[in-house]
Amino acid sequence: MMEGTVEERLEALRETALGDFPGTDAGDETIIYVGTATCGRSSGSLEVVSAFEDSVKMLGIKARIIEVGCHGHCYAEPMAIVSKPGWPPIMYGYVTPNRVQSLMKRFFNDEDPALEWALGAMEENDLIPTVYETPRWAMEQRRLLKNCGAIDPENINHYIALGGYAGLANALNMEPSEIIEEMKKAGLRGLGGAGFVTGRKWYICRKVPQFPKYVICNADEGDPGAFMDRTILESDPHSVIEGMIIAGRAIGAESGYIYVRKEYPRAVSIMGKAVSQARELGLLGEDILGSRTCFDIKINQGAGAFVCGEETALMTSIEGKRGMPKPRPPYPANKGLWGNPTVINNVKTLASVSKILVHGSEEFASVGTENCRGTAVFALAGKIQNAGLVEVAFGTMLREVIFDIGGGTPPLIKTSQVAGEPSKPVKKKFKAVQIGGPSGGCLPDSLLDIPISFDTIMETGAIMGSGGMVVLDEDNCIVETSRYFLEFTQNESCGKCTFCRIGTKHMLNILTNITRGTGCMEDLDLLEELAATIKQGSLCNLGKTSPNPILTTLKYFREEYEAHILEARCPSLECKDLIAYYILPEKCQRACDACVGSCPTEAIYTRKDRLKAIDQEKCVKCACCIDACPAQYDAVIKISPICDLPESEPRDDTPSEEDKT
Amino acid sequence: MRPEKIDWGRLASIIEKHRDEKSRLIPLLQDIQETFGYIPPKSIESVAEAMNLFPSQVQGVVSFYAGFSLKPKGKYVLRCCRGTACHVKGSRSILRVVEKELGINEGDTSPDYQFTLETVACLGACFLAPTMMVNRDYFGKLSPTKVTSILSEYRKDKEEQ
Repeated sequence: MMEGTVEERLEALRETALGDFPGTDAGDETIIYVGTATCGRSSGSLEVVSAFEDSVKMLGIKARIIEVGCHGHCYAEPMAIVSKPGWPPIMYGYVTPNRVQSLMKRFFNDEDPALEWALGAMEENDLIPTVYETPRWAMEQRRLLKNCGAIDPENINHYIALGGYAGLANALNMEPSEIIEEMKKAGLRGLGGAGFVTGRKWYICRKVPQFPKYVICNADEGDPGAFMDRTILESDPHSVIEGMIIAGRAIGAESGYIYVRKEYPRAVSIMGKAVSQARELGLLGEDILGSRTCFDIKINQGAGAFVCGEETALMTSIEGKRGMPKPRPPYPANKGLWGNPTVINNVKTLASVSKILVHGSEEFASVGTENCRGTAVFALAGKIQNAGLVEVAFGTMLREVIFDIGGGTPPLIKTSQVAGEPSKPVKKKFKAVQIGGPSGGCLPDSLLDIPISFDTIMETGAIMGSGGMVVLDEDNCIVETSRYFLEFTQNESCGKCTFCRIGTKHMLNILTNITRGTGCMEDLDLLEELAATIKQGSLCNLGKTSPNPILTTLKYFREEYEAHILEARCPSLECKDLIAYYILPEKCQRACDACVGSCPTEAIYTRKDRLKAIDQEKCVKCACCIDACPAQYDAVIKISPICDLPESEPRDDTPSEEDKT
Repeated sequence: MRPEKIDWGRLASIIEKHRDEKSRLIPLLQDIQETFGYIPPKSIESVAEAMNLFPSQVQGVVSFYAGFSLKPKGKYVLRCCRGTACHVKGSRSILRVVEKELGINEGDTSPDYQFTLETVACLGACFLAPTMMVNRDYFGKLSPTKVTSILSEYRKDKEEQ
């Protein structure tokens, strides 16, 4: 058994850990890091790992392959960093097993690092530009995601070697009230979406003279379009565990729960491993680092209900009941799990805690806006070039996140059938960004010049939420998007409150009618009225915020609703009931048959003049002909409203040459 | 995974394993779901008895969560993601292609118990949109042709058996 003070014991752990961590000085050994979080795996990073293993064996070099988490640059997965002695570590993106072979051969036989595949070097050097010079890295401020992609999440020694659990050691030497004071000074706000001041929450819970108390980590990241919590759990699990122990010490709790979605199997297994490793080293359990503080963690898997991301519903789910929300107050800090005082924090909030205790509250509060200190993590997805995770300081402009870091809408390349002809990339026009999932809203281009903070985003009618940003381009219909969100909340409504259960159903029906062209202008007023009633009459935020997508789109994109209703026209050409496919005779080529074979319902026929046309009766509007039509003709278009469709030409009934013979 | 006769001994041992836990009902049901591939309706009474609950309470929990199923599932469970990012990138037509290919609707299992088709709110792999999961494997950047080839791989697997 270890002896000594908290610092001495942690120092001893760190010494062992450093021996297990390659870090910057690995001697003559080459270190290869491959990202194998869910994003890497789904892009084939496990095959990349075995390709590296084969190459290392074949070339007979001394190398170690380490599976790390995700850097957040999910668009470039699978990613690998090769750190060869004598060279700066170089990061490669879009790695494939074939590329690994030639990369390794070139690098190790010819001293050629194959820079055309590199994203950049990870350290300052004279040879290769670093990744930090690219806008994507330069504008980011990585605090929460610092360890993500740098350490092996399944090895606690990596975390400790990089200074992990130092925040806990500091906390163990502080009075609980000092810890809370430090959190308040840092100005850390709950990063799960509501933005409640964390120090205050802890303070309230600490004051309640009732035991036992609980700490819960809300890792039920249900918002579609958000995946930052998953990345942190998979890439830096110990930062969450450390935050939970500190929270436990601050409020006087001895047990904690991590509630993870079951849709994240990898996060569940990594967290499980991390908890048992921490227990083995005496960082969890009884008498943590000899401080007499006790804390242990249990992992609960969600069972597939979106509403369980709501704190009171989450707690009833842990209790083993139907996950339905309860009225607040009493707040969980007073009366939570099994009626006991409970602090429930989001993954990102807990991951921030130890960093505040290591670097101090002033350092933490040095970035951000007056009311929002620190950094925010966003998940960029949808019609965006550089999808992935971004961490920026509060106060960064929304436009910078989407266009400078995210790269805007992606260039689409239509494959050309004629060999040698250059394909033409087109960038679709940005239409809106959807922030905050089903509780958030759609913001148009004109609102992108706002600094990011809980309050500024709230003013627009959207919410920060969990931080998912889904970008829509000109091909996405706003009405259809609102309908989609309502379908989602309607499905996920737990059914407790009448207004949420039935009100959302009514709104969904109205929106469905509008997308079919059977709506009327009074519907828009009715939607607004229903929205107000649902907001008032629902208990939890799932219901209260469910009208947000409709309210924001009605506010900023009203003309699209009106086009659907008054002209039976879908401006984005997405709503199937309001569009028709048409082949432009002036562009169609007689000799080409590309569309005919692509049509699954045989709706395309040959006209008398040998051009092609679509039988509207048979057409199912699948868009296969648009994809099939060669880029140089580009003859298939969508038309809305349908009444604009030119009259169809008769079929060619004369038998072909082959049939005659 | 054709539904076999329920192994009551195995069920009893699962129940025994969770008997002393504090928040035990959901982990217990998850264990049963994992082992049998579904919650056999007949097992609800024994679960309720062991947990000191009414069968209606257990039934209520089972029917509340999308993660529990009272019907047996196929060997391969396909989960089509219906998240926002997937939606704006055309997951609706992907779902339609899968339904057409497998000849079953969302929520159904094919008669030979090879495939079950489900939809899920979000798989958290939005950068790969549109995505789907087959058991524990992710497939991303789907197109109708890619879906067809993925499904034929799994079908081949059946023929080989």
